Amino acid sequence: MAVTPNVVATGVARSGVLLQWVKTSKLPWVPISVLTVLLVCAVFAPLLAPHDPADISILDKKLAPGETLKFPLGTDFLGRDILSRLIFGARTSVLISLSALGTGALVGTVLGIVAGYKGGRTDAVISRFADAALGFPSILVAMLIVAFLGVGIGNIILAVAVTVWARFTRMIRGDVLSVKQLDFITLARVTGVSELTIMRRHIFPNVVNTLMVLTSLQVGQVILLEASLSFLGLGLPPGAPAWGIMVAEGRELILDMWWLSLFPGLAITTVVLAFNFFGDWLRDYLDPKLRQSR
Amino acid sequence: MQRYILGRLAQGVVTLLVLSLVVFLAVRLSGDPALFLLPEGDTSQEDYEQMKKNLGLDKPLYVQYSLFMGNLLRGDFGDSTIDRRPARDALFERLPATIQLAAAGMLLATVLGIPLGVLSAVKRDSIFDHGAKFFAIIGMATPQFWVAIMGILVFGALLKWLPTYGRGGPEHFIMPSVVIAWSIMAGMVRLGRSSMLEILDSDYIKFARVKGLKERLILWKHALRNAMIPLLTFSGLSLAGLLNGTIVVEVVFAWPGIGRLLLEGVVRRDIPVVQATILASAFFYISLSLVVDILYAYVDPRIRVN
Repeated sequence: MAVTPNVVATGVARSGVLLQWVKTSKLPWVPISVLTVLLVCAVFAPLLAPHDPADISILDKKLAPGETLKFPLGTDFLGRDILSRLIFGARTSVLISLSALGTGALVGTVLGIVAGYKGGRTDAVISRFADAALGFPSILVAMLIVAFLGVGIGNIILAVAVTVWARFTRMIRGDVLSVKQLDFITLARVTGVSELTIMRRHIFPNVVNTLMVLTSLQVGQVILLEASLSFLGLGLPPGAPAWGIMVAEGRELILDMWWLSLFPGLAITTVVLAFNFFGDWLRDYLDPKLRQSR
Repeated sequence: MQRYILGRLAQGVVTLLVLSLVVFLAVRLSGDPALFLLPEGDTSQEDYEQMKKNLGLDKPLYVQYSLFMGNLLRGDFGDSTIDRRPARDALFERLPATIQLAAAGMLLATVLGIPLGVLSAVKRDSIFDHGAKFFAIIGMATPQFWVAIMGILVFGALLKWLPTYGRGGPEHFIMPSVVIAWSIMAGMVRLGRSSMLEILDSDYIKFARVKGLKERLILWKHALRNAMIPLLTFSGLSLAGLLNGTIVVEVVFAWPGIGRLLLEGVVRRDIPVVQATILASAFFYISLSLVVDILYAYVDPRIRVN
């Protein structure tokens, strides 16, 4: 919504305005295409994948990429199709990263708004916790969680969320501090609007831009963290189609079957690059001031 | 200055205390700690009762916590439930390897990253600048475990230039430390470049030029000195990344450090070992951040005064 402020302008040639906006905003087409492919793969994985990602076929095992058209990117040591596993891997990656980031962003934003608006002791407590969480090595936190709660998709989402919330809290809090100085907030307070309503209806819409920019800049980091945890065997069970797990499976066989690790790693790099470029663009587009304060 | 250091010290101690509390509660919340902490295999009822007594499980929680903290302060993390020897011994055996590797990675990142950032700013928009930017962007987007494996494939298996696993002579350090350094270096190049650009545009640098100082002196002494301030903050922030990277790289290169020890502990649910490695890593991490912050205050007088 806030991305397209000038599109909302009503007029005779609404599509003309849209076209104009597309032309002038210098949209990053390459990252957008990559991310579209990623999302399509994630949503329609069962329709797009040529094979079942878990299908074992001893006759087709260890096929190199290009050896047969049936398996364009080759097969692994069990005869599973690499391309299909990559497509389903996109689904895993998107699912875990977005749930973790969503949870972290939600908790982080709420705490950031409360800390910034309330100030005083509430702010001090929340900020101290955020500082502690912010600097702490994320893999260490994830390992602590997995050590006690066990391996599993829910725990990996929790582990990633625990490592990202503080980044949202810190940034949003800073924004709220400046927003709450504005007249309309004072006015709302004077007219007896409840604190909850002020935070929800008046403060939150003003930090949405920051929230979106920060989210898009964090996605890449979150995907990398999720992949690292999967690689270490702390996420999904072995054999599941996740890019990190695929790289790990190829590690021991790197000399015989280089393609096992190569392709999922390339997939991670491409997606993270696309998210990073897209995030940079969004930041510059929405708020050039943020460029300095990253 | 003194107040600042004391404040940061207190903050570090509080963080460690909170972490110890989290670990303490986690062990107690995830089942029967006595069962959790007993060695695997044949253990008798007496062992179990003894463990319960040692942990003070019949006493209130705060007594248990003080027992736990007392043990920690004496360096007693409990016995590994799998190897049946003190977790502390395993920790101290592995610690030097990790410290060496992390130090090598950080050193490499600093020694290469800062000059690269400075040169990138000086030769703005040149091929060199674009190359450095590309290098940095890729470094931030590639998973370290994958870079490590591809390095093993190319430099270890195909070219046979470097050893692919374990710890030995200096050549064993090259690949692991390059992998650790790359992502940290990426940030240093970007930050070094942008802060150098800002400083090179400032009045005092123009004045130094007008005065006729040698360009080399201006760059590496006057300009870099001020560019160091954000870089120092960054190296403080990148300590977390350093630790993350070290854990992953240790696993890929079979480096006998505490990162691998920790992962083995997590996978085998060897809680005393996990406790020992996590608390020790946190201790090192927090102490190092403290040192960086103090250095930071020393370099930038504005911090000291405020």
